[in-house]
Amino acid sequence: MTALKTLFARPWIWSFVGAALVWLAAILFTRFNGAGGMLSAALALAVFTVIVGVGQMFVITLGPGNIDLSLPANIGLASAVSMTVMNGSDSRIALGLVAALACGFAIGAANYLLIRALRIPPIIATLSSSFIIQSVDIAYGRGLQIKPPPGFAGFTEMQIAGIPVLAALTVLFTIGAAIALQRTITGRSVLAIGQNMRAAYFAGIKVERTCAATYALCGMLGGLDGALLAGYFRGANVDLGNEYLLSSIAVVVIGGTSVAGGKANLPGVWGAALFLVLLLTMLNTFGVSAGVRLLATGLIIVAVIAAAGGERALR
Amino acid sequence: MVLPQALPHIRRLMRALLPAFSLVLVLGAIAYLNPRAISYFGFNLMLNLAVPIALATVAQMFVIAGNDLDLSIGPFIGFAGCVTATWLHDSPLMGAIILAGCVAAYAALGALIQLRSLPSIVVTLGMSFVWQGLAILVLPKPGGAPPDWLASLMSLQPPLVPFPVLAAVGLALIAWFGLMRTSYGAILRGSGGNASAIARAGWSLLKIKMALFALAGLFGVLSGMALIGITTSADANIGNGYTLLSIAGVILGGGEFMGGIVSPVGAVIGALTLALAASPLLTFLQIPPDWQVGANGAILIIVLAARAQIGRKGALT
Amino acid sequence: MPAADIIVRLDGVEKHFGAVRALDGVDFQVESGACVGLVGHNGAGKSTLMHVLAGTSAPDRGSIVISGKERRDYAPRRAKQLGIRCVFQELSLCANLTVAENVRVFHPALTGMGWRRKAATLISEKLDAIFPGHGIAASALVQDLAIGQRQMVEVARALTVTSEPVRLVILDEPTSSLDSHTAGQLLTFMRHEVANGTSFILISHLLGEILGYSDRIVVMRDGKTIAAGPADAFDREKLVAAMGGAQGGRGTTPAGAAARGQKPLRVRVHGEADAPELVAHEGEVIGLAGLAGHGQTAMLRAIFGAATRRRAGIEVAAPVALVAGDRQSDGIFPQWSIARNINVGSLKMLRRGALISPGREQALAEYWRGKIAIRTPDMNDNILSLSGGNQQKALFARALASDARIILMDDPMRGVDIATRLEVYDLIRQEAKSGRTFLWYTTETDELLHCDHVYVFCNGVIVANLPRGEFSEEKLIQSSFQGAR
Repeated sequence: MTALKTLFARPWIWSFVGAALVWLAAILFTRFNGAGGMLSAALALAVFTVIVGVGQMFVITLGPGNIDLSLPANIGLASAVSMTVMNGSDSRIALGLVAALACGFAIGAANYLLIRALRIPPIIATLSSSFIIQSVDIAYGRGLQIKPPPGFAGFTEMQIAGIPVLAALTVLFTIGAAIALQRTITGRSVLAIGQNMRAAYFAGIKVERTCAATYALCGMLGGLDGALLAGYFRGANVDLGNEYLLSSIAVVVIGGTSVAGGKANLPGVWGAALFLVLLLTMLNTFGVSAGVRLLATGLIIVAVIAAAGGERALR
Repeated sequence: MVLPQALPHIRRLMRALLPAFSLVLVLGAIAYLNPRAISYFGFNLMLNLAVPIALATVAQMFVIAGNDLDLSIGPFIGFAGCVTATWLHDSPLMGAIILAGCVAAYAALGALIQLRSLPSIVVTLGMSFVWQGLAILVLPKPGGAPPDWLASLMSLQPPLVPFPVLAAVGLALIAWFGLMRTSYGAILRGSGGNASAIARAGWSLLKIKMALFALAGLFGVLSGMALIGITTSADANIGNGYTLLSIAGVILGGGEFMGGIVSPVGAVIGALTLALAASPLLTFLQIPPDWQVGANGAILIIVLAARAQIGRKGALT
Repeated sequence: MPAADIIVRLDGVEKHFGAVRALDGVDFQVESGACVGLVGHNGAGKSTLMHVLAGTSAPDRGSIVISGKERRDYAPRRAKQLGIRCVFQELSLCANLTVAENVRVFHPALTGMGWRRKAATLISEKLDAIFPGHGIAASALVQDLAIGQRQMVEVARALTVTSEPVRLVILDEPTSSLDSHTAGQLLTFMRHEVANGTSFILISHLLGEILGYSDRIVVMRDGKTIAAGPADAFDREKLVAAMGGAQGGRGTTPAGAAARGQKPLRVRVHGEADAPELVAHEGEVIGLAGLAGHGQTAMLRAIFGAATRRRAGIEVAAPVALVAGDRQSDGIFPQWSIARNINVGSLKMLRRGALISPGREQALAEYWRGKIAIRTPDMNDNILSLSGGNQQKALFARALASDARIILMDDPMRGVDIATRLEVYDLIRQEAKSGRTFLWYTTETDELLHCDHVYVFCNGVIVANLPRGEFSEEKLIQSSFQGAR
């Protein structure tokens, strides 16, 4: 009983509850047809949101105003870069992944440079850089029709006993990220900076180095996501990352990470990503029109956030 | 403390003039590239979309004044536009009621954010889906038409000064007077500066937040109407670019995301600068279409970097 | 005493925050035309009591009687209508508004045409009356004012009158950011107003202010009032005893440190042009003195910055840690436990392999809990569960637990009670003996008596250089003002 109570005191539990509820609603509608398939499809799709969500979470945890709006453009460009480098050949998969990571790293580093050296607020800096990245992608990727190497495409959708391999790997990655956040100096630094940047500086924390590393990490995760998405959807595309602008932020917040900074929540990212994917699946099985689907998604997101409530001021 | 006090004032003045300076710079570039553009009809053409952008920016400014951010203003403007092109055209009373309801919905959103102490970024992110969905339901296919009075208002050709310029000046004055000069305006801005001080002085933060959001809703509706008056037909995605334009306009105009620091006049100038830089300038520069979006980003970076360098308050160290 | 002469009476007021009894049955009253001095340690309940009086915090039990009537549904607005004004310890001005606009925030009646001018006149007149020569324009943005000027505006604002009367003004540590000259102006003005029939509650950790300027003194401890009486019935020792602190208070001079220059140099800051340089050696406690805001904090920050990034004119020979004076904005991580707040300065030492070891973390926190006597049931409780003084101790522990050999202190005792101070003074002495160097900016003359060497600042430069033997309060005042003109 008390175990249950502590479980429900955790902010991330609600995102899993929400995910379970929409899944139930969907399979009730289909009279339990394809319940398992729906779940493994959701897992496979949620992976892509989780990867960028984790990056976004680290950035948001840096404190008020920190956000990365360049993820969609980043995903688009990295998908094109990685597919070009792989060039459809299985032997070049690793090289392509490294290229995608490097591309993302460059974007993250450039973002931080704009924020730090030019003192542009992150929201505008990453937005402006995303415009530029988009142009680069359009100019560079025009007419690019390279298919992913068959081995790579196969890997992104490989399943063992109904569980997508990529999802399992991503779970491991999330666990690692959670440990890094709480028990490494860099992780602690991110949390400290998010709570009080001045205090962090005076406590001897390397504020600039940590922020730079965080934006670079977020960029790299965006790049990786781009490569994986190109593998999963059989090719690079400028618009490949578009939906991740909103969903990367939404999963972070629905998952219980504080937008005020300093408090991060990794399990919640998974719960929220599953919730969003299953919500779409549910609305699709109901066969509603595009307008109703958007309306319902929006209302449910607002309702979930309102129900979870914000941070109460201490005293 | 006998330290010189003039310094912050000079810096503040420079900063206040920066939006105007960047506008002059963009105008200068246009004049250099194409002198014929600097004329009554040239401005009428180039500032075609400036009025809705300026209205959207003012709407965003009210939200930012209270330390919030509205990521749904674009789709909201789109929805208001769709209503204008359908209901307001076909049955004006019903249309007016729906648009008034939109403003009320914004006030309610403000109340929800305040009562549950929610992060506005996320709530409005959710709302952007809602407005987009509603817009698609109202107008599944592009079409509709503005009421005649609106179309003729937006195509007015007053003597000497082009209509968009007149409208922008009028808007700047109204917003400036309301927020910067009235006594309740000071309270509204104060809530962004130090909310607990305002509450301690006996003001209701709930009412303040509702007022700020209602004002944002009102100017958002006006923006949607103005947009349809110009384009003469609507589509559900028509407003989507306005979210980012409006935020950039406020910041370009000297606003800050935190601390209730906004400038209505600056915001309108920022919106005009963006409107000019977004398409006319790029067209005259003959930037290939592939790079237009990127050039927009570069212009944003340059102007904001200049603003930050001038406004630099001394680093943390 | 007839009831009409009593402005405010509290009977058996209780207030709980979770398990903490912030107020535990307080009886308290203020007569008209009197100044009541209120003293007590941090966490004794003074601030909570003030919030109850100001209407910002409703008591769980007990009654509030104002002007002879019991007041239910008491709220900030009602309090103001009844003539009760409060200057809180944490500043409550809106930094993005002008001084005049902040006056408007305070007065609902200031509306309509010309409100701006009315507000400006109102505040300028009051500032002129209290702080002649203040140099604050009503049209200045508050964010451009120095912290002392902000406090002046805050006090003056609380005394302006529009439609509502002023009958009782609560001043919670009103002089904490003022230098002694301005503080004197304020307290003198307060006495003047008392003579005109206004009542005051004065809360201060500076016992001299309490003893010298109040008519009656009330001592609080553990959420109760434990002593009350006319001011002349108390003296310093009696107050300290009543508050439950250790006796003493005046700094005792530690046994003579070695002559300067024999120990290794730790910090040297070259003065600009022909201004004197600042030097600190191993094991020294160096005081930075002078009027508030004359460059002492800037000097500490420059030294702190120079420790990580080379800076011209500043030599720093060992790792540095800083104890912030403004806890909330420069010190505390509000979402973390006490333990994490302490450990954040020593993360490198707490690692086992690549990861921070929870066991070592716990051990370090427990060590400092004992060593510096942080009063808490559990070091894993949130840092904000501590009283202000104990939060400050945690910040000291953070600096002392780190590997820093130079500790910079930026007026860290602001608003800290005497018992805590005495404990920290002891600790500083011990640590200095073991070779640590302290650079200590303080606004309180008593604390300078703990220093081996004092530098007096004026307008950002060092104007006097006083070794321990030569230091006296007179010399300090003389040199602080000689540069200020």
